[in-house]
Amino acid sequence: MSVLSLIIKREYKARVRNKSFLIMTFLSPLILVGMVFLITYLTQLNSDTKRTIVIVDDSGLFEAEFTNTDQTTYIDLSVQGLENAKEIAEKEDYYGLIHIPSDREGLTSSITFYGKETPSFGLVESIEKRIEKKLTDQTLIDKGVDLVVIENSKKNIDLAIENYSGEKSSKMSNWIKAAFGGAAGYLLMMFIIIYGNMVMRSVIEEKTNRIIEVIISSVKPFQLMLGKILGTTMAGITQFTIWVILGGVLMVVLQVVFDIDPSTTSGAVNSEAQAIASDPDKLTEIFTEISKLPLLQLVFGFLIYFIGGYFLYSSIYAAIGAAVDNETDTQQFMLPIIMPLMLAIYVGFFAVIDNPHGTVATVFSIIPLTSPIVMLMRIPFEVPAWQLALSVTLLIASFIFTVWFGSKIYRVGILMYGKKPTYRELFKWLKY
Amino acid sequence: MNSLLVADTVSKQFGNFTALNGVSIAVPQGSIFGLLGPNGAGKTTLIRIINQITMPDTGSVTLDGAPLEQHHIRDIGYMPEERGLYKSMKVGEQVLYLAQLKGLSKAEAQKRAKHWFDKLDIGAWWNKKIEELSKGQAQKIQFVVTVMHNPKLLIFDEPFSGFDPINANLIKDEILQLRDEGATVIFSTHRMESVEELCDHIALIHKSNKILDGEINTIKRQYRNNTFDIGVEVDESAFAKAETDLKSKFQVTPAQFKSLGDELKLRIELGDKGSPNELLKQLQSYGQVTHFTEVIPSVNDIFIQTVNESI
Repeated sequence: MSVLSLIIKREYKARVRNKSFLIMTFLSPLILVGMVFLITYLTQLNSDTKRTIVIVDDSGLFEAEFTNTDQTTYIDLSVQGLENAKEIAEKEDYYGLIHIPSDREGLTSSITFYGKETPSFGLVESIEKRIEKKLTDQTLIDKGVDLVVIENSKKNIDLAIENYSGEKSSKMSNWIKAAFGGAAGYLLMMFIIIYGNMVMRSVIEEKTNRIIEVIISSVKPFQLMLGKILGTTMAGITQFTIWVILGGVLMVVLQVVFDIDPSTTSGAVNSEAQAIASDPDKLTEIFTEISKLPLLQLVFGFLIYFIGGYFLYSSIYAAIGAAVDNETDTQQFMLPIIMPLMLAIYVGFFAVIDNPHGTVATVFSIIPLTSPIVMLMRIPFEVPAWQLALSVTLLIASFIFTVWFGSKIYRVGILMYGKKPTYRELFKWLKY
Repeated sequence: MNSLLVADTVSKQFGNFTALNGVSIAVPQGSIFGLLGPNGAGKTTLIRIINQITMPDTGSVTLDGAPLEQHHIRDIGYMPEERGLYKSMKVGEQVLYLAQLKGLSKAEAQKRAKHWFDKLDIGAWWNKKIEELSKGQAQKIQFVVTVMHNPKLLIFDEPFSGFDPINANLIKDEILQLRDEGATVIFSTHRMESVEELCDHIALIHKSNKILDGEINTIKRQYRNNTFDIGVEVDESAFAKAETDLKSKFQVTPAQFKSLGDELKLRIELGDKGSPNELLKQLQSYGQVTHFTEVIPSVNDIFIQTVNESI
């Protein structure tokens, strides 16, 4: 068996058999799914509170506007007068009291909400909206405008999008592309941070166990470094796969068992998604959009940038691990890793989604440290071939450079004990 | 005698620091070679170069007449000063892994591991983790790992540090046996007295330079200076006369050796003022000679002397 595959195998076994790795592998999906359901449950619990609001409508205009809902009951105490109603509301511990004075001209600023505590933002907004609508309509009617005419003259515009060669597209496609790119970019970042750190820790472990000198009297540091990265990556892929499968299964099981739908929690995006899902036309549109994506380019791009980007970063992680004695010393070297990653994610989520072919997005998708994430997000929007070529070339070149650079630092660093190196010393090591 | 390992004017710089300055050594086949010198002299750097962990800036190293290449690491067994094993890995797995890294097949590794575990009577540790073993026990595993692939050349950096006396002896015997079976051994240490009686060749390294090397007896003969520790039972009346007599003739210092009586004990540097036989005759004239030994310089003495001379 070749030395490299021996190292990979050992590294893989060491990771996978590690107790905390095992625990994390099986506990993380549980915790995550548990959290989702807990949050869903708590939100529902929270909005289940019933409240009663007293209305004192001196103008007599809004009687019909305040209809009871599941959560809110309205009581009209206009006949009692404001002072009496306030007393009752306080005594009965009602949620609040809305007073609408009789003077219609001054209504815009004279309506008052009385309550023990400040009402929630949502409630205020919904009350304001109702009164606004009613007041606007009433004013229009007073001025002799027919509301039906206004209603009938409203138009809904749906822009058709088509490129010069006649290929149809839709707004939906941008949304799907952004989702694809965003998911891929985010996945890569998570993968780099979690498993890059693992590579680093395993290098440090070898240093603290002092076994390193025994090992590198048998294999080349470069082989050891590569073996560690590959072994850890495979352990990482194993863990990721288990997470996805276990998480998916748990999600389904919990949904069936507890009849809770977590998709109701996260507001606007999901309600849109639900609207889409319930509309068969839109659903087919999504599928045609997906089939129109440059799928081959997407898959290859994903593979190249995922692998290239991950290796680029993990060889930096390995070099850092070699340079220090223990994990606390790694902090000062984390900046060059975290900065470009954060930058890439921000550029990705703001610049790329806003304008996939803008200068910022283009430049960052070519610079090696940010290109894996940014370019992954751009690919669904169809990137010019020369940019792809340049970006991939630079990525590969810098990957080779970092591995060289990393193994240099690695070679010197793994034999250095007891000193906390500075950047200047690291630079000096390159010349040894 | 042909040399298994030859290092030819090897130099190594770390930044502005010269770790090795044109050091040449030749390790004869089947010998036990002592690489001696104080801490920081450059021994470990030289060993790392032999193990191809670091590369020399200039100079070359040949093993069996061929320049060092990657495959040569299989011919070398190295026990570094910094001992270490994977703590959370099981002993057996670890031994097999490290042997396979050295190029053994799994079956072969298993066979040899069994042989060594039986020999050292440590078979019961096979399924334990290293972290469950004591330090001395882990050292034994380390030794097995070092020798398991039957290397031509064994290198031990500070070999006996960390072993208790019993285990140190055990390991010493194993090393001697390996030498008898044809292996060549390099000991590197700053505690020169610990390996002196084992080595047949030595090289002294001081401040990145080799200051002396060769066959140990040749070196000692070279550094003998006709000095003798003597003991004579002299009558009380003649005691002072004999002492002043000797002191006037030779370079004399008090001798430190154990004896039963309170005889005249002196260390006499004969130099070129006569032969040992003449001295003995003179001593006999004072009384009963109880002690007459040539003072053989220890490696430590030679080292100090050479360092002083080289300054």
